[in-house]
Amino acid sequence: MPNSTIKVALIGNPNVGKTSVFNQLTGLNQQVGNYPGITVEKKQGFCTLDENTKAKIIDLPGTYSLNASSIDENVVIELLLNKNDSDFPDVAVVVTEVENLKRNLLLFTQIKDLEIPTILVINMADRMALKGIEFDIPTLERELKTKIALVSSRKKTGIKELKELLLNYNQMSTEPCLNASSIDPEYFDKLRKTFPDQLLYKLWLVITQDVNFLNLDRKEIESNFTKSHAELKRLQQKETIKRYQFINDTLKVGQKIDTSKATDFRAKLDAVLTHKIFGYVIFFGILLLIFQLLFDWSSIPMEFIDQSFANLSSYAKQNLPAGELTNLITEGVIPGIGGIVIFIPQIAFLFLFISVLEESGYMSRVVFLMDKIMRRFGLSGKSVVPLISGTACAIPAIMSARNIENWKERLITILVTPFTTCSARLPVYAILIELIIPKTRVVGIFSLQGLSLMILYLLGFGMAIFSAYLMNKILKMKHKSYFVVEMPSYKVPLFRNVAINVIEKTKAFVFGAGKIILALSIILWFLGSHGYGDDFKNAETIVTTQFQAENTTIDEEALEDAINAYRLENSYIGVLGKTIEPVIAPLGYDWKIGIAIIGSFAAREVFVGTLATIYSVGSSGEDEETIKNKMASEVHPVTGKKIFNFATGISLLLFYAFAMQCISTLAIVKKETNSWKWPAYQLVIMSGFAYVVSLIAYQLLK
Amino acid sequence: MNIALTELKKGQKATITEVNIEEIPLKLLEMGCLPGNAVELLQIAPLGDPYYFNINDSHVAIRKETANEIQVTLEK
Repeated sequence: MPNSTIKVALIGNPNVGKTSVFNQLTGLNQQVGNYPGITVEKKQGFCTLDENTKAKIIDLPGTYSLNASSIDENVVIELLLNKNDSDFPDVAVVVTEVENLKRNLLLFTQIKDLEIPTILVINMADRMALKGIEFDIPTLERELKTKIALVSSRKKTGIKELKELLLNYNQMSTEPCLNASSIDPEYFDKLRKTFPDQLLYKLWLVITQDVNFLNLDRKEIESNFTKSHAELKRLQQKETIKRYQFINDTLKVGQKIDTSKATDFRAKLDAVLTHKIFGYVIFFGILLLIFQLLFDWSSIPMEFIDQSFANLSSYAKQNLPAGELTNLITEGVIPGIGGIVIFIPQIAFLFLFISVLEESGYMSRVVFLMDKIMRRFGLSGKSVVPLISGTACAIPAIMSARNIENWKERLITILVTPFTTCSARLPVYAILIELIIPKTRVVGIFSLQGLSLMILYLLGFGMAIFSAYLMNKILKMKHKSYFVVEMPSYKVPLFRNVAINVIEKTKAFVFGAGKIILALSIILWFLGSHGYGDDFKNAETIVTTQFQAENTTIDEEALEDAINAYRLENSYIGVLGKTIEPVIAPLGYDWKIGIAIIGSFAAREVFVGTLATIYSVGSSGEDEETIKNKMASEVHPVTGKKIFNFATGISLLLFYAFAMQCISTLAIVKKETNSWKWPAYQLVIMSGFAYVVSLIAYQLLK
Repeated sequence: MNIALTELKKGQKATITEVNIEEIPLKLLEMGCLPGNAVELLQIAPLGDPYYFNINDSHVAIRKETANEIQVTLEK
């Protein structure tokens, strides 16, 4: 028998543990990509069903129903309505959970109406006893015309049964559960007669959604079957009521709930976590803890990585034959890779905390607590999630603003999120804080450096809130205040889910941003070690002659440093940096920092890598000093003062806190707002503001 | 007697009698916010808004202005 692959679509409401089921089925054998043209995450993976059969599993975005209200949800219907899509499923798996089965079944009945073989997974089966819930599976299977797998991703049960059902998918009934067309028989009859070849429910979806899938002329449908928006919504409500009637009748015979057995764990925890005082205390306590741990915990692996790459570089220098290629490796490639690897610990820790908060169900409580406060600034309680995720990376954060129902609140969230301190700023902050803030402890426990970092985070967050407030006053948009937040039950986060999430996100960051960083490191190395004009070519002669003319005697090493410095100054990059120096000098920056800032417009963390490259090019190769020490010992050639003094450091920190310096973020804002207008505003206003603030800070502090 | 959903006290249960579908997002209807279904007020956020309900076994938070568009009658 030839090998065959079954295409499986995993569908379900948010918060039902769909991703856990996906992880159980596929393990680490998954790929994360994007749907073409839009930035919805596309997750797919493979799993072996038996020796001849594999399943290709597509994890579709969570949705409450087939009535799409966002592009994420649109992906689901687009796939399910398009038989010609290469991913069109042979079988759909609707994932539901024990506690919310009633609501979850709404989506199930809609999928059944599409006449695709559909398996029902009831997840979190381990909670049944806790909640006093029992199912009569044969009855449910009969009423719902499906096969059911009771799964517990926590206890790892039921996956085998699910695989079994997948293997035998072609024996599944494709009959709908109920006849939804009875909500308006006359209307649906007419529809059926006009398009006899089409599935009625599909037509209904096309009419009610703003989509066009069936290769039908949409105008043809519209001219004959248009109803007003209100009428359609009334029909949709009727449809929903009808579906719930069916579901209620089904559950009456198929489900038993003994409420006396149910524990009120959720209510007790809610009372504390959303308490008017404790709620906020706990939330800010958690934030403080995260940032303290982030700085303390990751400093150990970071120092180790820093040291290792410095050692590697000098080892390679000593053992490879001297030449252009060796220079490229030791001065461009190795420091460039080091500049990426060093930030993995911090990024991984940050994603770890965020995914634990989300998995546990706590994040929804934060949304609930913060909504009223955030609304004063034109944001939504849901903006908290993008703003916190923004501390990892603005790109997924801006995408997570999609579930904000209200366009004005969503737009403001998108525009202000880049102010929050993303992990790309972290390396810049980390190195500058190390340089200018002493390693003392305040009140015995808090490290001054940790507190400084916290202040920078608060500054970014404060700026986000403040600019939201301004925009709320300036932007004139009519809006309805739609806001629906599901409060999922509390769960201990599954290690596996958290781990996979951390690995995937870190990988995406390292390979996404890393490519740019490495490429820029190499370009910068080239620009720094090549130049035009006689000054660059004859550096050695010029410097030696100069010393001889002044009749100063210096040792060989110092002479070589002087030659290298002169050469760098006259290289391509030196010329470039010097061109912009007049603009940035009032901020306390020299041309080397200028180059690093130019590089940062590709990605902020390039700052450190750039300086690493510049300084390693600028000093003699035997040196084992690490980037940080090199920066600390850098002095101004004329004044002899340290370059990275307190005033310059603060000025740089403020510049990086406020400036819009990330091309990828601008691109995502363009995609999400569908206009170049908003990213252009962001770039000009944020960077202009950063310049002014840094200017004032430096002039006051110097 | 019909009252607005926001007039419930914490812990009070009621049955939905009417929803103003013009003002209620479809998503909420789909979660079971429909005439005939049960609702219980679980929490009000510290600053008086939003409200946190158990609607038809769905635990959801909605804003006061949305909750005002839903009419209920108290369970006896």
